[in-house]
Amino acid sequence: MVAVGLQATASLPISIRSITKRYGAFTALDAVDLEVDSGEFLTLLGPSGSGKTTLLMVLAGFIRPESGTVLFGERDVSLAPPHKRDVGMVFQNYALFPHMSVAGNVAYPLKLRSIPKAEVGRRVREALELVQLGTLGERRIDQLSGGQRQRVALARAIVFEPRILLMDEPLSALDKKLREEMQIEVRNLHRRLGLTTVYVTHDQREALTMSDRVAVIDGGRVRQIGRPRDIYERPDSRFIAEFIGESQFLPVVLRDGAAWLDSHRLAVERPPPTAQGAHLLVVRPEKLTVLPAADSGHGLNLFEGTVKEVVYQGESSLVYVSLAGGLELSVRRPSRGADAVPVAPGAPIRMGLAPADVVIVPAELHP
Amino acid sequence: MTVSTGGSANLGAYRVAERRERWLLQSLVVPGLALIGLIALAPIGWLFWMSVQGSSGFTLDHYQRLLDESYLRTLKTTFELSILVTVLSIALGYPLAYLISQARPRLAALLMLLVLFPVWTSLLVRCYAWLVLLQRRGVVNSWLQDMGIIDAPLKLMHNFTGTTIGMLHIMLPFMILPLYASMRSIDRDYMRAAANLGASPVRAFWQVFVPLSLPGLFAGIIIVFVLCLGFYVTPALLGGGRVYMWSMQIERNVTYYADWGAASALGVVLLALTLGILWAVGRLIGFDRIVGGK
Ligand SMILES: Nc1ncnc2c1ncn2[C@@H]1O[C@H](COP(=O)(O)OP(=O)(O)OP(=O)(O)O)[C@@H](O)[C@H]1O
Ligand SMILES: [Mg+2]
Repeated sequence: MVAVGLQATASLPISIRSITKRYGAFTALDAVDLEVDSGEFLTLLGPSGSGKTTLLMVLAGFIRPESGTVLFGERDVSLAPPHKRDVGMVFQNYALFPHMSVAGNVAYPLKLRSIPKAEVGRRVREALELVQLGTLGERRIDQLSGGQRQRVALARAIVFEPRILLMDEPLSALDKKLREEMQIEVRNLHRRLGLTTVYVTHDQREALTMSDRVAVIDGGRVRQIGRPRDIYERPDSRFIAEFIGESQFLPVVLRDGAAWLDSHRLAVERPPPTAQGAHLLVVRPEKLTVLPAADSGHGLNLFEGTVKEVVYQGESSLVYVSLAGGLELSVRRPSRGADAVPVAPGAPIRMGLAPADVVIVPAELHP
Repeated sequence: MTVSTGGSANLGAYRVAERRERWLLQSLVVPGLALIGLIALAPIGWLFWMSVQGSSGFTLDHYQRLLDESYLRTLKTTFELSILVTVLSIALGYPLAYLISQARPRLAALLMLLVLFPVWTSLLVRCYAWLVLLQRRGVVNSWLQDMGIIDAPLKLMHNFTGTTIGMLHIMLPFMILPLYASMRSIDRDYMRAAANLGASPVRAFWQVFVPLSLPGLFAGIIIVFVLCLGFYVTPALLGGGRVYMWSMQIERNVTYYADWGAASALGVVLLALTLGILWAVGRLIGFDRIVGGK
């Protein structure tokens, strides 16, 4: 690894307090509250049109909200113009200046800060080395590949040592392989510099891979925020369960402090929500295990049905199962070891769900 | 070695197919080229031929005569006026194009309509309109006098000033159109990026917006300047015979002296100058940039 001078600078926490942004009658951001810790990598994840870019633009100062405040550390930046906010930003289309060379682009923020020439040269070199573009400084922007542009944009956003870094779907224009490489690189860069980072994506895998915490946004509101594992394993609404990963729902009823699937009382690890009435059991295909005939499945919640179809997908197969009462479930089984319990269309099948994997959410989309 | 022979045979076949395809595509332009050849190149060839024809065959007399002082003075006037009009059209056109490019779509469409409107009106009509406006007791003079800005009417027509005003009016759209097109194509994110990196609006404008609009500016300069060089109607009407342009020399040679040879020589010189300027500008900043490359 190259020795470089760009070091972890003191980063700042971000406080977003009840930010509301309307376009006419349409509410793009609906009283959003969000705290980003100092040095944290927070990802805004949400479907298209959910308000991710709008929120990022509010942080960068390009969009003025109707109400609410934004704090960087102690400083209230709600009214500060974009050029006085001192945040690094990587644009979705990179927005590299075509009339400047690679080095010219990276030097631009330093020149604006009247930094002496010699130091500009040194810092540009360091920033380019940090993103592994040490030799390309003199290139024109249109002579770079997509991945290289991405790196230049990153170098330009961090070279002036901002305390906060914003990124709007920075990898969406890259192909899958390069994207995965860059995910790791961005992540490493973040570890190295410790910048408070707000990262926008609509790729859930990317969000789960890279983030310290993920904030799932829909309809201009933060619907759930938490560590990637919590968001995936403990969705707290039907929307989150549906949006992240593959989920299937079975109707359950909450009664007397227990969850009932028809007349079966579900074995749970954590007590179900205290609310009463109709809820949904979230079942992810990979959480189910296919039980051999001899296995009693003791302690597991059992589902019995008939195999409808088996779809081979390489590293795993998806088995579609009809349950009694017209319900359907699918179960994902790894290809390795699948021979131990053969399944074939038309044959009966028994599946178990561990109490720890029982997740129950309210029946309505957004409770 | 069958593999490599097979490979090269294939390569040959690909080349042939590729060449055929290219030929087919290029043959599509034949009718267009023929038309251009007929209506543009042939007359130019003829012009050139006439410019070297005297009563007794080949001669360079017509060109020699152009070295006369009166012609050189005309050339100087032509260039002075063209440069002045070009500079003024930048000074007026750039801010206007910027305004239109930043306006909301509805307003931009309206402003663009206003810019284009004069282009749809006859050139002659516009020149006469200026005569009415600029004359001694015209609208402009009486306004200025009524407002107490001037005591005696200004001499605004039948001179260099009037010609400049009239030509500027006619040339402005040709500056604004390419400028506007190139400004519109500047992604908003460039200005946002500049601001994000710490550039105040003024610096972002000069350091990012203006450089990115240069292709349009160059295109506008070339169009306006070249049109000015060969301009006839406006200088003739508003100059009142006092502003002598190269094109008017051509006209004089044809109508008064029926001297087609001299007129042709003048035409050839104007054409050569124009091409020379285009070439020089192209060398200086690259034609691909003007015609809309990166
Ligand atoms: N200038 C505008 N005028 C009206 N509505 C707007 C404007 N800009 C954004 N919106 C609306 O605000 C909502 C949020 O937009 P935003 O760009 O933040 O979405 P996003 O989450 O970034 O989506 P994507 O993943 O597609 O980029 C969208 O429904 C959009 O239609
Ligand atoms: Mg977006």
